[in-house]
Amino acid sequence: MILRTLDTLGPQHGWGIARRIEQISGDALALNQGTLYPALLRLQQMGWITSKWGASDNNRRARFYAITRAGKKQLAAEAENWERISGIIARFVKPAGASS
Amino acid sequence: MTRIRVFLSRLAGLVRKGSLESDMDDELDFHLRMEIAENLRQGMPPAEARSLAQRRLGGVAQLKEAYRETHALPIVEVLWQDIRFGFRMLRRSPGFSLLAILCLTLGIGATTAVFSWIEGILLRPFPLVAHQERMMAITGTDRATRDRDDVSFPDFLDFQRNCTLFDAFIVDRITGTTLAIGDRADRSTMSVVSANYFDALGVRPILGRGFEPAEDFGRNAHAVTVISYQMWQERFHRDPAIIGKTQMLNGMPHTIIGVAPQGFYGTFVGWAMQLWVPASMQETFDPGGYKLEDRGARWIEGFVRLKPGVTPDQAQAEISAVAKRLETAYPVTNRGRGIQLYPLWQTPFNNAGTLLPTLSIALAVVVFVLLIACANVSNLLLVRAFGRRHEMTVRLSVGAGRGRLLKQLLTEGFILALLAAAGGLLVANWCRNLLVLLLPARGGVSMFLPGDLDWRVLVLSAAVCLISTLLFGLVPAFQTSNIDLASALKADSGGVVGGKRRALLRSGLVVVQVALSFVLLAGAGLLLQSLRAVQNTSPGFTPGVLTSYVDLVAAGYDRQRIKNFDDALMDRLQSVSGIQSAAMSRMTPFSYRSYSTAPIAVDGYEAPPDEQPAVDYNEVGPAYFATMGIPLLAGREFTLADNETGPPVAVVNEAMAAQFWRGRDPVGSRVQVKGRWLQVVGVAKMSKYRNLRELPRPFFYVPMRQSFMGTNIQIRTRLSPETMAKVLVREIHAIDTNLAPGELITMQEQVDRTTATQRIAVSMLGVFGGLALLLAAIGLYGVMSYTVSQSTRELGLRMALGASVPNLLRLVMSQGLALTSIGVVFGAVAALAMAKLISNLLYKVSPRDPLAFGLALLVMMIAGSAACFLPAWRATQTDPVRALRD
Repeated sequence: MILRTLDTLGPQHGWGIARRIEQISGDALALNQGTLYPALLRLQQMGWITSKWGASDNNRRARFYAITRAGKKQLAAEAENWERISGIIARFVKPAGASS
Repeated sequence: MTRIRVFLSRLAGLVRKGSLESDMDDELDFHLRMEIAENLRQGMPPAEARSLAQRRLGGVAQLKEAYRETHALPIVEVLWQDIRFGFRMLRRSPGFSLLAILCLTLGIGATTAVFSWIEGILLRPFPLVAHQERMMAITGTDRATRDRDDVSFPDFLDFQRNCTLFDAFIVDRITGTTLAIGDRADRSTMSVVSANYFDALGVRPILGRGFEPAEDFGRNAHAVTVISYQMWQERFHRDPAIIGKTQMLNGMPHTIIGVAPQGFYGTFVGWAMQLWVPASMQETFDPGGYKLEDRGARWIEGFVRLKPGVTPDQAQAEISAVAKRLETAYPVTNRGRGIQLYPLWQTPFNNAGTLLPTLSIALAVVVFVLLIACANVSNLLLVRAFGRRHEMTVRLSVGAGRGRLLKQLLTEGFILALLAAAGGLLVANWCRNLLVLLLPARGGVSMFLPGDLDWRVLVLSAAVCLISTLLFGLVPAFQTSNIDLASALKADSGGVVGGKRRALLRSGLVVVQVALSFVLLAGAGLLLQSLRAVQNTSPGFTPGVLTSYVDLVAAGYDRQRIKNFDDALMDRLQSVSGIQSAAMSRMTPFSYRSYSTAPIAVDGYEAPPDEQPAVDYNEVGPAYFATMGIPLLAGREFTLADNETGPPVAVVNEAMAAQFWRGRDPVGSRVQVKGRWLQVVGVAKMSKYRNLRELPRPFFYVPMRQSFMGTNIQIRTRLSPETMAKVLVREIHAIDTNLAPGELITMQEQVDRTTATQRIAVSMLGVFGGLALLLAAIGLYGVMSYTVSQSTRELGLRMALGASVPNLLRLVMSQGLALTSIGVVFGAVAALAMAKLISNLLYKVSPRDPLAFGLALLVMMIAGSAACFLPAWRATQTDPVRALRD
């Protein structure tokens, strides 16, 4: 989700990512915003995103995260994987007759 | 790939720690402000906006912790924490730490030292030599005498040709020469080697070359020599143009063709070689004539290197098969002769074989000392764990995992072991050359027995360090992590000691210590008894004899000149006042070199079939028996008349007379030696020939004039060795100013040198036994003073009820001595079982020698009483009023 957000919105700071995820999910995923940060760190360590300090819209010091080439590749792989899985699950969940 | 990346960035995270914290604060702070601003924009009152923002973000502390854990490697972080904490704890109780580290340093240091000896002397004894792990020592065997023997050169060549499982066969015959350069003459150790020596060993001379294959052949045809780096440095002053220069060796000019690299000492455990000459020079350096073409002349000691993957058994099978073929092909010289391969550490012809039993004892002993030291530290840690019970309880109750506590305690133990290991390495490094100090110099050349602290030794000591940590750290650690929270918190106020189990454990440790030290003490006692028995054995000659030698062969003397010199010297010495008599001999008894052996036949003696009797003999000059003080039981001794022109004669010893003449008087009958018939003119009383422990063996003497000339001098005199040395120099110089005598020592000294290894074993066991005793006493003392300090109330009560001082003393002492006694009982059982292992080192002492065991018991009891007395005395000083009120 983070990768998708960064991919569509471009470089974003942590709060922005959190807001975006909440908006997209229609506030259905109102998780502890805090869990976002360790996740960001992990993604960085995997080399899928980078971060650098910059000034926000209201001129505060903020850390901006951006997706990397490896991150985009991973995103594509994940998306494909997800579609496959969700496709399979969808076939199970739908009534048997409906598919034909 | 990604995983490695994560690991690396986490590793980097370990280093960049300071910036992380502030960055994290900044980022979270920014997040909160943005959220609050957003909430405000939606029209919330400021207070609500703030609290909602905080709620949505979640617990900042947990968040940070999670962040930190992701950021770096938690295991390392925790370890680092433990280490720092451990160091703080150790600094807080320096007395404890110092004692524990000292105990362990002794244990680990001693173990490492023995490892380094074993590595440097037994396992990889030859520095710079490639593939030592595949090298084996090779000797001949004689089925008739079941003795080992050397190998002849023709046989050697046949083995080299016919064996397929070997990379290399190397001849290495140690010998010696006196090297005179300028006005300085020194005894040097050297080797006669096969031409492949340096190539096979993978040792490349730093100057010049090694030997070439042709240099193995031709009688004295290749007078070339490779010198050691040490000799090049010390005697030739690092002359860069040394190659091609000549040097007189044993009367022959030798061309120096190479200088061996620094750190190469040859292939003889115990001595550093100074020179090497090729096999063709055998006759010049190895006494007994030209042997290269004589299949019956066995003089070669050597090594083989197996091809990779060949097992010793396969190699032995192949070489035995070849030896069998040689037996059939050359029955006259080879019947009953086989070949035996030995691992390097069992090499019978150098000091590896002699030191093997000593070093194995040493290894067992240091393991004992290490165990005792560990038990001691374990005990110390138990006491301290009790002191830290409160800390542990609190940590457990605020949620520390038991595993985490265990890790913490083991880390502390590991720090102790690590510090001790560092100290231990210092100790070991210092002990590296200790063995040499215990062994005397011989013939002016000192032994060379270095320990080797290479990576194998270091790995082993690291392993020892780890194992000991587990040994001494685990017990207290488990004890602590097993604290029962509820009862511990309650008990804290009650003052009841950590329960019976803990006391039992500590007592158990003390019992183990006492038992182990008892084993060592008993062992030391047994070896000491044995050494005394050896030293009390009469060598068969009377004291008051000095011995020395002149190296006439090295000085280039031929047979005639040696004869003239011997006569002149004997004449001169006989006229010096204070000298009762003097004699020359080929061999001085109890020297390293082996006697000549000859096949014999005796009139009227039928040898059992398949047995060719062979007996050792010595060539001696006139008055030898009188000078040495060996009584003659019958007949006469050699005189000046027993020379080249006189009839060949011999003197046999008692054992030989008994075996070959069976009660008849041998004087007047004949004995055939090497095909020549000799007249027996006397029977000498038994004496010892090689060492004091040898069994009575047949032996005979022939006059020097009728055989090889010798240059050893025996002098019976009232003069002190110092005076005599001066007299000897004076008399020898009067004959030839270019000659100088070798070291002059008493025969007693000569004999003592053969018991050096036994003395090393005794002193080693003595020192370590004492150390173990000390450690065990400290352990006992610790347990007893702890018990006393914990039962103050009971003691006070007893006093209040009228117990007298002796009563209390007896109470405490009996408890300590009970522990000691239990330990002694276990120790005695163990010692009885283990004494059998050293029974081959014991001489005329039963492995159950009551004196040794009694002595060990006495010493142990005294040490035990001493260790208990102080705590007991302190118990009597208890103030009953205070003890009861507290």
